[in-house]
Amino acid sequence: MQRVILDKKDFRLKEHVMQWEYMLVLIFFIINIINANLSPYYLDPLNLRDASMTFLDKAFIVLPMVFVMIMADIDISVASIVALSSVVMADLYTKGLPMEIAIVVCLLVGTLCGLINGLLIVKFKELSAVIVTLITMILYRGIAYMILEDQSAGNFPEWFDYLGWGYVGEIPFIFLVFIIFAVIFGLLLHRTNFGKKVYAIGTNPTASRFSGIEVDRIKLIVFILTGLMSAVTALFLTSKMGSTRPNIATMYELEVIAMVALGGVSTAGGKGRMIGAVLAVFIIGFLRYGLGLINVPSQTQLIIVGLLLIVSVMIPNLNVKKAFSRK
Amino acid sequence: MKKILSIGLAILLLFTVVVGCSTSTKTSNGGKKKVALVFKNTGNPYGEKMMEGFQKAVEEAGGEAIFKAPDQPTAEAQIQIIEELIAQRVDAIAVTANDFDALQPSLKKAMQRGIKVFSVDSAVNPKSRITHVNQADPERVGRVQIQAVSQMIGGKGEIAILSATSQASNQNLWIEWMKKELQDPKYKDIKLVKVAYGDDLRDKSVAETEALLKTYPNLKAIIAPTTVGIAAASKVISDKGLKGKVIVTGLGLPSEMAEYIKNGVCPWMYLWNPIDVGYLAGHVAIALAEEKITGKVGEKLKAGRLGEKEVVKDGEGTQIMLGDPFKFDQNNIDEWKDVY
Repeated sequence: MQRVILDKKDFRLKEHVMQWEYMLVLIFFIINIINANLSPYYLDPLNLRDASMTFLDKAFIVLPMVFVMIMADIDISVASIVALSSVVMADLYTKGLPMEIAIVVCLLVGTLCGLINGLLIVKFKELSAVIVTLITMILYRGIAYMILEDQSAGNFPEWFDYLGWGYVGEIPFIFLVFIIFAVIFGLLLHRTNFGKKVYAIGTNPTASRFSGIEVDRIKLIVFILTGLMSAVTALFLTSKMGSTRPNIATMYELEVIAMVALGGVSTAGGKGRMIGAVLAVFIIGFLRYGLGLINVPSQTQLIIVGLLLIVSVMIPNLNVKKAFSRK
Repeated sequence: MKKILSIGLAILLLFTVVVGCSTSTKTSNGGKKKVALVFKNTGNPYGEKMMEGFQKAVEEAGGEAIFKAPDQPTAEAQIQIIEELIAQRVDAIAVTANDFDALQPSLKKAMQRGIKVFSVDSAVNPKSRITHVNQADPERVGRVQIQAVSQMIGGKGEIAILSATSQASNQNLWIEWMKKELQDPKYKDIKLVKVAYGDDLRDKSVAETEALLKTYPNLKAIIAPTTVGIAAASKVISDKGLKGKVIVTGLGLPSEMAEYIKNGVCPWMYLWNPIDVGYLAGHVAIALAEEKITGKVGEKLKAGRLGEKEVVKDGEGTQIMLGDPFKFDQNNIDEWKDVY
């Protein structure tokens, strides 16, 4: 017996127009209009093209994090996975391993970290994902420090710079790769059985288990994907910096979780869509870029981004709750 | 299908913004040069003083100064700031680097766009800069601190260094020279037990100092070649009542250190005037932007009240030096503590 989970309701115009994602599109445009008016440099096509390169590195983690948070879990070890996989890659490269193999090892390290997270969460059910990933957050970062001991490593081959700084025609390489990944993850979430099961687990894990959904297997896969995408972030970030150290990507987990939350994914699980998170990436990214262009001090930037988050998370929970329903 | 459609729509919208607005007007500010100073992180009094001098020099030369610093002392945050400055088409960027190598790709991009890039105080590698404004000869800064500490502890005992981040290029260079000075046989009884990194953050510097005191109970002195570190170390020693047992010296701001110099925790320390460092950087920025100098050895520039400065060789690159480190002790601290 398989339970059917309703993921489509009857079409109603009001509900359709008032979806959170449209709200995000609106915020995106408002931010762009404000930015364009505040800085004469904002609407320069060359600048807008390059702007995405400044914030997209961490966006790769946003994609699997949507899955994690829809399942009502969380993974706060992602920044440490970025640091560890980057440091291992740099260390092996400086010890003489070819860069191509070092990159593969980087992805493997990320995947392995994700696997460990997943196994711990699945095997020790009394521990919540917050606790497990809090432990591994410290563990992975600690190993990164053990390997490089407060030093930096780098001197990668010239072609490695292409990841973070290259263009395909006129489009930044990182932008292109991100869009491809976003579409893949979007299809995985909304167009496959796997995605439907993820929603089901987030809505009611116990019911899902009794309905024959392999909850453990799906959780494991999602955490492995998160580890893998953290390693992808590590590649792009390391390429951008040209060298790496154990303290890179600090606070990335918070920025990623903030983007997912702004994207309309409920931390209570079961709600949210990929497109919302992708829009949120660009909203926060362009907002910070615009603030940077008018030379707003960085602490003030943090406050503004924080306010945006509070307001946007509040709106659907106020008395307009019905109006801006999240699907 | 609806979702794919909405994803497609979002991408389309993004590009509409990019393409549809390509007719932006380019503002010119009548030949007024716009130069920027990028510091390590916010909330650092040393950086604020540097900016003061930078601003003054740029205004004297008739330019416009921008000051930017990230909230975390990391290279990735500085890269983002440099990108924003490239987008604003500034004429020159002075950067106090958080990492010797990591800024190279972004600074190279800036130079390709015609922006004059140089480092000040904390250097970037010669490939990613035109020149470097150095506050003092690193060899002298390093050696003089060992000479001082040796005198303070009577040439015998364990010492430790509390530095900024492990990638801070100027601190690392000074520590190298400290180690070279220590090789002199006259320091054979002094043992450097540890180089700790407080990351120029107050809480981490305090924690590192406490760890040093616990791990090395026979510690005689701490050298902190960074203004945040020396203040944090002095505070810990002062609060724990270890005055006289563990001596602190290094590089500090007179205003922050007056209390500890007076109570004897730190008998004396060194620094140059950060206002002057910023002031010199401001004049170098304008001179580079106006193409009066190109960063080659032997070139000279007029740096306002500091007089004429010359570009000299520095390893593979070039640098412009401010002068010697200045000694602050109980006799002169009062006249300086209100200045900076």
